[in-house]
Amino acid sequence: MSALHADRRLSAWLLAPGFGWLLTFLVVPCLLVLVYSFVERGVYGGIDWIFTWENYQRAFDPLYLGILLKSAKIAGLATLFAVLIGYPAAYAIARAPRRRQAVFLFLVMLPFWSNYLIRTYAWIVLLNREGLINRMLQLFGYSGDPISLLYTESSVVLGLVYNYIPFVILAIFSSLSRINNELWDASKDLGASGWMTFRRIILPLSVPGVAAGAVFVFVLSIGNFITADLLGGKQVQMVGNLIYSQFLTARDWPFGAALSFFLIAIMLILLFIQALVARRAEGGRA
Amino acid sequence: MRKLKGLMCLGLSVSLALASQAASAKDMVISIWDGYMAPDALDKFKADSGVDVDKALHATNEEIMGKLMASGGEGYDVVFVSSPFAEVLHKQGLLADIDPVKVPNLKNLYPEANQLEYDPGNHFSVPYTWGTTGICYRSDKVSPAPTSWNELLNPSDALKGKVTMLATDRWMLGAAFLAKGWSVNDNDPSHIAAVRDQLIATKKRILAFDDTTFYSKLASGESLMAHAWDGWCNYGTQANAAIKFVVPKEGSDLWVDTMVVLKSSKHQEAAFKFVNFMLAKENHAWVAENILYKIPNQAAMAGLSADLLKQYPNLTIAPSELLKMQQLRDLGGTTQKAYTRAVTEIMAAQN
Amino acid sequence: MSQSRSVGGTVLSTHLGLVYAFLYVPILVLILLSFNKSGLPTAWGGVSLKWYVALAHNTAILSAALNTLIVALSATFIACVLGTFLALGIELRRKGSDKGQVVDTLLMAPMIIPDIVLAIALLSFFNLLKVGLGLHSIIISHAVFNIAFVCAVVRTRLKHFDYSILEASIDLGAGWFTTFRRVLLPAIFPGVLAGGLLSFTLSVDEFIIAFFNSGSGQASTTLPMQIYAMIRFGVTPEINALATLVMLVSITALLASQRLTKAPRTHE
Repeated sequence: MSALHADRRLSAWLLAPGFGWLLTFLVVPCLLVLVYSFVERGVYGGIDWIFTWENYQRAFDPLYLGILLKSAKIAGLATLFAVLIGYPAAYAIARAPRRRQAVFLFLVMLPFWSNYLIRTYAWIVLLNREGLINRMLQLFGYSGDPISLLYTESSVVLGLVYNYIPFVILAIFSSLSRINNELWDASKDLGASGWMTFRRIILPLSVPGVAAGAVFVFVLSIGNFITADLLGGKQVQMVGNLIYSQFLTARDWPFGAALSFFLIAIMLILLFIQALVARRAEGGRA
Repeated sequence: MRKLKGLMCLGLSVSLALASQAASAKDMVISIWDGYMAPDALDKFKADSGVDVDKALHATNEEIMGKLMASGGEGYDVVFVSSPFAEVLHKQGLLADIDPVKVPNLKNLYPEANQLEYDPGNHFSVPYTWGTTGICYRSDKVSPAPTSWNELLNPSDALKGKVTMLATDRWMLGAAFLAKGWSVNDNDPSHIAAVRDQLIATKKRILAFDDTTFYSKLASGESLMAHAWDGWCNYGTQANAAIKFVVPKEGSDLWVDTMVVLKSSKHQEAAFKFVNFMLAKENHAWVAENILYKIPNQAAMAGLSADLLKQYPNLTIAPSELLKMQQLRDLGGTTQKAYTRAVTEIMAAQN
Repeated sequence: MSQSRSVGGTVLSTHLGLVYAFLYVPILVLILLSFNKSGLPTAWGGVSLKWYVALAHNTAILSAALNTLIVALSATFIACVLGTFLALGIELRRKGSDKGQVVDTLLMAPMIIPDIVLAIALLSFFNLLKVGLGLHSIIISHAVFNIAFVCAVVRTRLKHFDYSILEASIDLGAGWFTTFRRVLLPAIFPGVLAGGLLSFTLSVDEFIIAFFNSGSGQASTTLPMQIYAMIRFGVTPEINALATLVMLVSITALLASQRLTKAPRTHE
């Protein structure tokens, strides 16, 4: 460890602005909502300042736990595919000449500066029964019924992978970008094969990026409701839809808050476990 | 590098300065769905009355309600919301009383439009559009024409996977309530449970729940029957003349979109002028002619062209017929929560 | 250049190409639809420029687009600065201790919290403090989750970072600021760039937090708010036209910047 690490004042100065911002604009507002979770819903939808545990008791319902599990499954699948597809892409960009990397990254993000809705509509055009993909299949001689590619869990997973894969690519790229060609060459010179170099050196070094990217996709997917609505035909209920319906449709802020914090707690625990596992995979190097 | 940083700092401060132009230079603010009023209406209003109106948009009733509840109505003067939500806002004491002296064009409304259950006499809201819900279908592919909600809820084998239903709670559950002869404002838990079970079964046989793109699915043939609002079905007819609308024999609901003035508004005079302007015959007629919705404005409806009425027959549904339908009301906390839970259970059910 | 390396290289390049194809196929559909005479995505009505013309006259959409740009750039700038410093501060404090997992997890909180909760929490907070709403409140709100993302991304870059080069720089007489600017920043720049891109992309498409925390009125309307409001009557292809133009402008800017920054060929 270097002397820099011992300089607590330096790190305190660095931490302060960011922490301050998060404290003021995240922690305090959320504490407000946390308070809501312990009071009753007003008759017409506002807040009645009467203390109650009822909201959390209601949150322990198998219906909501079931939805969390289903969402986690879909989000998990999306994460898996996003990482599998994104890793080699990020690796390819990291191996590209330094100057070109920014271009490659921009091109990865550019499609996502259009709007989420019209991108999803474009997918609907591709996937629906009269859509382009089915037409192409027919062009190539497929003569059965048009395949129903939409309004299934798979189409939701596809939509999620599509919209969040750039996040994975960026996160993995960030940790891979340290790895320079000299490292690769050195390993070769010492007799290791390409695969071995990858497995023993590159892969462990990229774990932080993979972990971060996986968390991004998982977390963003679980809270996503518009993809489930449009590509899932509202047949797939995700945690995002659930929370929205409590806050907006039922106008039940206390219950919505209780449900949210309950789910946040579960996710924090899962993420804590993930952080532990990631540490192990890194090889415990500081 | 120094120069770049300096430039960035300058740019940031300029944009922040621009950004904090929070106070609008305008005289009043309305919130409305996009495309729900004539694009030049606000310019005309300004020319007429000198009042500059700032237009904010909302996508759904639920979202604008959330914002109004969290901020107590701050910043808005007139808001367009559906009737059950106007009721809720009124119960929360957030609405100003509509002064008929200041809104003389109220006389343009049908007498029936002054007898609506959620606000008899239009004391805190002014109806802007109204209509009903029914089955929108491809008459060239579906024969004979559907007559019952059950044809939507339990599609025949020929129609399996080619039917869509509305996703918003009141209408989704409403169709099933009506099919069983119950009220669309039903609060009986056993009824709600029965309706939930029916819809879980329905979900297995339909293409999708769709609030926003169902008419294009009808036009393209991807679906053949859709649960639809009457005005929306007209968009389908516009795209494909074979698309027709029918109100099932079990009856339907009457929905009303209203204008409300917020009590917290600091520009109530201007707000009333605006509401009055929207009720003027030529301004209100734009809605029927362009959005293809029925409006409760007798004077305006009388001026519609015969061709328009022929092309879109559901525009001719008489107010007396509409009043026979079940009016959507606010359900109160307990029932609303029960409905939301039922919808959650339906959506979460395995297909 | 060994055999296996070029084979691996070809496989990688092909994969990257396929990924780009996957990313851009819907975009091509989207661009095509911007020329669709019929407004419906499911019916092709022939080629027409009418949506581009409509867009040019649609001051509401154009002003919303400008607002979105302001919000996204400002929030990204704040997030990059604060997030990078936060990442540095955290990494410098860690001495390989196990407490690191707790901090890691807590920093994920802004990303986990459902956006509707954050939206309502912030609106209630601003309301309590009687803070006026406007674009600035959206910027503040967006910066909250953006900071978390930038911090997470930059930290991946900082792990296994060789801090001794910083020490060396200071030992050689450079001050903190110079060391930061000349040694650290260039080294972690890919991470900051990645985090910034991510943050910008998140802001550009974020709807619910923006909606709840915007001032009322057009001056505070962002593009996602404008577009979602169109959902009731159908999102017209004007939005496709806008997206096509955005891409055109961005790609042109990208190519131009590549040309202008043609650095002398250094060993890479």
